[in-house]
Amino acid sequence: MTNATVTSASAGPSTGRTLPAGTPVLDVEHLRKIYNEGKPHAKMAIDDVSFSVDKGEFVCIVGPSGAGKTTLLRCISGLAQASSGRLAFEGTPLTSVPDQLGLVFQDYGRSLYHWFTNAKNVGLPLAARGVPKAERARRVSEVLAEVGLPHVEQQYPWELSGGMQQRVAIARALSYHPDLLLMDEPFASVDAQTRFDLEDLILKVRRDLGITVVLVTHDIDEAIYLSDRIVVLSGSPSKVREVVDVPLGQDRDQVATRASDEFLELRRHLLDLVMPHGA
Amino acid sequence: MTQTLPTVDAEAAAALIAPTTPPGRRRRSGGGTAKRVLVAVWLPIVLLALWWVLSASSTSPFFPPLSKILGEWWDQWIVGDAKGQLVSSLRNLVFGYLAGSLIGATFGTLLWRFAAARRVTNPIIYFLYVLPAPALLPAMIALFGIGEMRQIALISFGAIWPTLLNTLDGMRGIDQVKFDAAKAMRLSPTRTLFSLVLPAAAPQMAAGLRASLQVSIILMVVTEMVAAREGIGYFILQAQTVFAVTKMWTGILTLVIIGMVANFLFVAIERRALAWYHRSRAPGNS
Repeated sequence: MTNATVTSASAGPSTGRTLPAGTPVLDVEHLRKIYNEGKPHAKMAIDDVSFSVDKGEFVCIVGPSGAGKTTLLRCISGLAQASSGRLAFEGTPLTSVPDQLGLVFQDYGRSLYHWFTNAKNVGLPLAARGVPKAERARRVSEVLAEVGLPHVEQQYPWELSGGMQQRVAIARALSYHPDLLLMDEPFASVDAQTRFDLEDLILKVRRDLGITVVLVTHDIDEAIYLSDRIVVLSGSPSKVREVVDVPLGQDRDQVATRASDEFLELRRHLLDLVMPHGA
Repeated sequence: MTQTLPTVDAEAAAALIAPTTPPGRRRRSGGGTAKRVLVAVWLPIVLLALWWVLSASSTSPFFPPLSKILGEWWDQWIVGDAKGQLVSSLRNLVFGYLAGSLIGATFGTLLWRFAAARRVTNPIIYFLYVLPAPALLPAMIALFGIGEMRQIALISFGAIWPTLLNTLDGMRGIDQVKFDAAKAMRLSPTRTLFSLVLPAAAPQMAAGLRASLQVSIILMVVTEMVAAREGIGYFILQAQTVFAVTKMWTGILTLVIIGMVANFLFVAIERRALAWYHRSRAPGNS
């Protein structure tokens, strides 16, 4: 039921790349990650994680703190090497960060290049892809407008508020029209009101661009509000505890959705999964 | 924002060479240009006035009146032919400093990039770093003979280390998340170097370049005082050996002017090149 609504939504302004029908954008099979493998202080961060993300889906990954969520994201983005398991992006085995993947990090203060203007920050991945200068400027303005930041091209990131800086970081990840947007707790460093704004922004961007989104968060309410599906991880070393469908439809509203019975029922179920059970 | 301080070694050593102020810690308060200039120059003016007044009636052969030194300075360095010494000194300084800081920045970057090379060369680098460069003068004379090649080589040698170590430390202090972002954007190694590594390390590289400049000026004078036939250091030493004390003081005064102008130029260029850094650290910006 959930999948049906999602597929119809993604038929909109898609990116137009031809993939064999039914190929998941992201496919994770029995992923395991051990730090310092083979050494005495080896530590298993991820034990066994499998899930897949279909085109146009919005999937959140939640888990208790210390569950290796960031490690998982580093592995599925190609930033870190998995110890074992199979990872595929659009059917191709993952070796480095794929060309069609956009990444948004938790801390905009650390991920943005504060020696460049916003325009230069957002245009950097375009420059790396050989997009000519004039075309670059046009696309930078376009994507900045998409995230609700017109006319900040000539300013520096540190001249903007925290929420606006994270919008710049999102614009930077979207500038080259990736097929998949991966976000690591992207709203953890901003205040509650800005957080709601940014959540709605991501839903809008996803609708406008028909993009697939995977978002890692520790916030269950946020996960329910945003997702079509939620992958719930167990504590460290992580395993998939359950994959929960979120049948809340396409149109979501910060007040109404969060107060609905379905939302509260899902919330109860997820809290039950995430909260530690009496030892 | 993510400016990392130099490690203890580099910082302590830099403090030995010159009182390097890390960029960005200077002049935090606002105010007009006039006020800033006034704040900067009132002490030198007061001291010069004191020197002028206290030395006015001096009869000591070692401390002639300032008025006399200034008059002699005009005769020697503006009217007279001491200008030739200036040209030779400045040529050595410019070539030596540029070569040294270029080598320092290049090797600092290479050592940052290749950890194995860093581990192998680390003891040698600190050995050369703590070695007082003037002690190499005799060796340099043996190597390059007497002449400007030897002088330029020694200035370069001294200028390498502050820049090299600050470049290395500045690059090692870059936040790993910034490299993750570079990978996520699929920046090529070259683009990563010019868009991330060099700008991120630039504030600390500037601190190193400034310390290198001080070392270069010191070594410029020292090399001219041993087995040399020209230069300001040679001029000062010659004047002293023939008891032309006033003439000697004019040489020292010229050195002060060179040091001040060089520093002023450096700061002016640095504030321009690192405007983003200074502005991002100003009050009111996160």
